[in-house]
Amino acid sequence: MELFLGHYNYWIVILLMMVGFYTVISRGNLVKKIAGLNIFQVSVFLLYISIGNVRDGTTPIIAEGFTQYSNPLPHVLILTAIVVGVATTALGLALVVRIKEAYGTIEEDDIQNAG
Amino acid sequence: MIETHLSLLLVAIPLLAAPIAAILPNGRLPWLLTLVVTWITLVLAAWQLWVVVDGDIISYELGGWAPPWGIEYRIDPLNALVALIVAGIGAITLPYALRSVEQEIPLSQRSLFYSAFLLCLDGLLGITQTGDVFNLFVFLEISSLSSYALISMGRDRRALTAAYQYLIMGTIGATFLLIGIGLLYAETGTLNMMDLHARLPAILDHRTVHTAFAFIVVGVALKLALFPLHLWLPNAYTYAPSVITVFLAATATKVAVYVMLRMVFTVFSSGFLLLTPADDLFLLLGMFGVIIASVSAIYQHDAKRLLAYSSIAQIGYMVMGMGFASVLGVTATIVHVFNHALMKGALFMAVGALVYRVGTSSLDGLHGLGRQMPWTFGAIFIAGLSLIGLPGTAGFISKWYLVLAALEQQAWLLVVVILGGSLLAVIYMWKLVEVLFFRPAGESHSNVKEAPLSLLVPTWLLVLANIYFGINTELTVNVAGQAVQMLEVIVK
Repeated sequence: MELFLGHYNYWIVILLMMVGFYTVISRGNLVKKIAGLNIFQVSVFLLYISIGNVRDGTTPIIAEGFTQYSNPLPHVLILTAIVVGVATTALGLALVVRIKEAYGTIEEDDIQNAG
Repeated sequence: MIETHLSLLLVAIPLLAAPIAAILPNGRLPWLLTLVVTWITLVLAAWQLWVVVDGDIISYELGGWAPPWGIEYRIDPLNALVALIVAGIGAITLPYALRSVEQEIPLSQRSLFYSAFLLCLDGLLGITQTGDVFNLFVFLEISSLSSYALISMGRDRRALTAAYQYLIMGTIGATFLLIGIGLLYAETGTLNMMDLHARLPAILDHRTVHTAFAFIVVGVALKLALFPLHLWLPNAYTYAPSVITVFLAATATKVAVYVMLRMVFTVFSSGFLLLTPADDLFLLLGMFGVIIASVSAIYQHDAKRLLAYSSIAQIGYMVMGMGFASVLGVTATIVHVFNHALMKGALFMAVGALVYRVGTSSLDGLHGLGRQMPWTFGAIFIAGLSLIGLPGTAGFISKWYLVLAALEQQAWLLVVVILGGSLLAVIYMWKLVEVLFFRPAGESHSNVKEAPLSLLVPTWLLVLANIYFGINTELTVNVAGQAVQMLEVIVK
């Protein structure tokens, strides 16, 4: 029980990671694949953010009476990774739009049959 | 003044030029800007290599923040050599790009095309310069995102699905790398490569470190198209515009091999590699990659796809070199990274010249073209000999070191595989030669002329480089030797 509750953030990360990864692999719909990819990436963002947390730490802003701060660096890193994720999603969806125009479908099987 | 900021300028100039190229009017101006930028980066990269070639190290603090807190650009001979490959191929591709792009890319997209090209160049150069693992991830994504866009600009609609497939697999690879970096940060609290190198030995038995290593190796292996994670590569290379195939085939996977070397040997150390099953895995996958990809290459019906499979086989050689985890093996990897960029650059350029004239790379459409385009055919022939590893060509040097590395560890099976891979290369290159030279030319091709000079000259420059670096190995082997020293490869 302690293994689960004590590390609940990691379990959530692993769950999301698997859900996202499985969606990418198993779905034939190109938009669903992108959605899966997003869930997969978000799980990694949560991983970073949760390792930046310091027990009893406050927001990393200097203020009187607080000496324990959370680590702000992972948050900043993830800000960058979010931007990368948004760009990837945008590009992926743009490609899906172009594929729809060229093939008339966004189902992987139909595209493969069309050649 | 320039020398102190050398490593930053290499990254900053293409990055600043990319938005300028995007707002320039379509036409020749964006091309001219890109040409100037690539030649400037080539000069800077050569200068940088000249500074570090004697074993010096450039450490550049970005924004004056001292490492490990700030981002550090750290250049040793290995970085400088890979940066020179990227900048050199970029500079030699651009004169070639003018005519080829005018034919393949619609006028309305041309300035965006060159803008994306500059971003891709910038990302690849950035990867080679940075000494910070998170910064490396960001540059990896810059180069990847722009290369997805560039591949999707191919004429065939299958270019779109190829780009999409690459986007999915590339993003999974990059995210794996990100997970690995996050776990390393959780364990050590640092992102600086040298700092990681100093802190990791104390905690090498932690499970988190092993997990991080696994994620990083798999993520980078996806990027470098290590068998069996290579599925994105054949389509991407086949359907991308000719220029992009040349550029990516000669640089992108090479830079990924560099990332693997840097991560495995600098961040984790070769002692750690030997603790994990990764070294045997590298040998095994490299071996299967060489055999299976070479055999697949024989059965392809498209010249570009044939060469793409051959690239996967050559990557197998490079990874095998890493798997030996010995001085000779890693030297072979680094030398082969350089030489393979030369030969695949030349081969894809020559095939691009065929495509320029007849509009297809399908083998059925190339019958007899070798007699009508003798210079293009000659380039394919000589670069093909280099790919096979004939003495006197660059390909021989890297195969030689690889065989020596295998003999040193008495890995007889691997010696057979390396030599067998060369024989398979003879078969698939012969297939190309036969189609081009010995088949009668089709009716529709009876008045095909030799490719224009702007395509032939860059191609032949690379072909001659193949011969030059096959005879004069001072630069490649010396720099590789220096680089291996810096990587602190220990003997098994």
